[in-house]
Amino acid sequence: MTALDQAVEPGDTPLLEVRHVKKYFPIKQGVVQREVARVHAVDDVSFTVREGETLGLVGESGCGKSTLGRTIIRLLEPTDGQIIFQGHDISHLRTGKLRPLRREMQMVFQDPYASLNPRKRVGTIVSDPMKIHNLGSRAEQKRRVGEILETVGLSPEHYNRFPHEFSGGQRQRIGIARALALRPKLIVADEPVSALDVSIQSQMLNLLDDLQNELRLTYIFIAHDLGVVRHVSDRIAVMYLGKLVEVSPAEELYTRPIMPYSEALLSAVPIPDPDLAEKRERIVLEGDVPSPINPPSGCRFHPRCRYATDVCGQVEPPLVDYGSGHLAACHHPLNVDQATLQQVGVAEQYTPAESDSSTLPQDTSGRSSPAAAPNSD
Amino acid sequence: MAERLLEVNDLKVRFATEDGTVSAVDGISMELERGKVIGIVGESGSGKSVTAMTMMGLTRGVNARFEGEVLYKGTDLLKVSDRGMQNYRGNELGMIFQDPMTSLNPVYRIGEQIVEAIQAHENVDKRTARSRTVELLRQVGIPNPEVRVDDYPHQFSGGMRQRAMIAMALSCNPSILIADEPTTALDVTIQAQIVELINRLKDDFNSAVIFITHDLGVIAEIADEIIVMYAGRVVERGSKRDLFYDPQMPYTWGLLGSIPRLDRPRVERLHTIEGSPPSLINLPEGCKFRPRCPHAFEKCKQEPPLENRVGTPGHLDRCWLDVEYKRAHRDETISPGSEAAA
Repeated sequence: MTALDQAVEPGDTPLLEVRHVKKYFPIKQGVVQREVARVHAVDDVSFTVREGETLGLVGESGCGKSTLGRTIIRLLEPTDGQIIFQGHDISHLRTGKLRPLRREMQMVFQDPYASLNPRKRVGTIVSDPMKIHNLGSRAEQKRRVGEILETVGLSPEHYNRFPHEFSGGQRQRIGIARALALRPKLIVADEPVSALDVSIQSQMLNLLDDLQNELRLTYIFIAHDLGVVRHVSDRIAVMYLGKLVEVSPAEELYTRPIMPYSEALLSAVPIPDPDLAEKRERIVLEGDVPSPINPPSGCRFHPRCRYATDVCGQVEPPLVDYGSGHLAACHHPLNVDQATLQQVGVAEQYTPAESDSSTLPQDTSGRSSPAAAPNSD
Repeated sequence: MAERLLEVNDLKVRFATEDGTVSAVDGISMELERGKVIGIVGESGSGKSVTAMTMMGLTRGVNARFEGEVLYKGTDLLKVSDRGMQNYRGNELGMIFQDPMTSLNPVYRIGEQIVEAIQAHENVDKRTARSRTVELLRQVGIPNPEVRVDDYPHQFSGGMRQRAMIAMALSCNPSILIADEPTTALDVTIQAQIVELINRLKDDFNSAVIFITHDLGVIAEIADEIIVMYAGRVVERGSKRDLFYDPQMPYTWGLLGSIPRLDRPRVERLHTIEGSPPSLINLPEGCKFRPRCPHAFEKCKQEPPLENRVGTPGHLDRCWLDVEYKRAHRDETISPGSEAAA
């Protein structure tokens, strides 16, 4: 552990609990708009976020990570399940009741070009949240905007400018300033750096890191770039087709992925080192993510998994606790030895209701050994 | 030695705008042989896409001024008429664009769009063109191409659309494939598939590739030679090994240090290149990277020429710093904190 990590040691109190949350979108057809099918965007996902920590949420496009982020801060209403924020169930609150809550949780969006109103000045964009919540007099609001702009690395003179006068990186800083205006506790950042150039991206990641230390923020960081996610996160949750398939302390996911999907995802990341890139055996996943309208039976990853057997197509694997906060849902776990397998149990609190909790993974078939390199087979 | 397909000599592209003249590309040179892959790396606004589009003759307009030469098999493409370019586009140079969501026409079937491309260039009947299209879709890995050829773009996923774009670019067997950020809009798993596909097709079709990207990881996997661009200029150029293991330009170090890397221990803080790239209308004097460069000194007020300073043949850079000084100091930028971790 580095000194920096200790400074932001995550507390033990859960700030947010997500319990069996589902979000389905109906597909309607015909004159009477009859519901003909449902998109299973988020399908029975549970996890907790502690105060002061950063939870990374990764997965391919269409896996439901953005929908989950939006459901958590209640831009969307969950179809089923509960979202407990600071001890209160907020899953089905109405707009009026939600308003005070909006002060506590804010969002930073992906596209800094589309998420700022081009006809409003920077000062208005950042002070609007304070106006809506009646915080302080106009003079106070203006002073506070100046402060926030400085915090995010802009200058108070930018108050009267329009978004188009700024570069992509600066616009993302404005987006962050707006999210900070109400001093929230939780920030859901949905791909906050993926639209930015590499040199600007690293500025932004360092800024988010500084802000977390100064303001004791809790982040849910949604991204598809595994390098970025590893850099910012304390823990990482991997999603596939609406399901949570692995949750792990950040470093451990990279050294010891248990779910084959995480392994494949890691192996697909290109490495900027020609010699290493040549030596590395890459697992190239065949095909695309299947449609979430009719997700595959059993383990949703089984049609693309190179270790899949009959059981994978029939039984949904439960989330199994492999110790020290590392959970994974897989019938054929990687990097686990036989002795560990004897001891593990289902993480009852987090496992999806439809999974079969009696089927603990049995098989290690000689390919899983925690000491060996991840790609030794 | 393999056949030389393309030679670009000191290409300059300027656009007159209301705010002044934009020098989008200021002196880029390269040679491309059959079977080779050149990677062009740079941030937004560095001129990498304008270079590619100029080669294809897509930047011509009343406000555009060109200098230099783009020699394709000895013919200067800059001097070829607009109508004449039709014989080069598609047949000789194929292009894959960045965003597969917007570069296909949503109201035409995938197949129709590829058939149209084939018929625009070759005198073949519709049936032949269609069977070629099905074959192409099969080659780029679209499952069940006989059926999918009649799909509309919205019925394809992002990765499949990019495959369809590649099929279209390859439809007339071009000798050079120009890929402008072909993987940027895609997931890593799909990106890996597309990079593998382009590599394989390059061998199958015996062509050469110009691969434009901002992702150094992708470049490390596909390119033979790399050109780093900044503010419209080539700031460093060399073989893949030169660029990754002996980078000479502080900007290249900055790029290498800015990415959170999976192959190294997690660093506490990422290296950042302070500030942002300069406006192409008001370029700084001297070295264009000077305002952002932590190593800048007096001499940087004059612009360094692009020349060989290291001794490795073909490795060119634009930096006045002493080579030994650079070798001693660059690791602070490229792998910050690695001394502590070791």
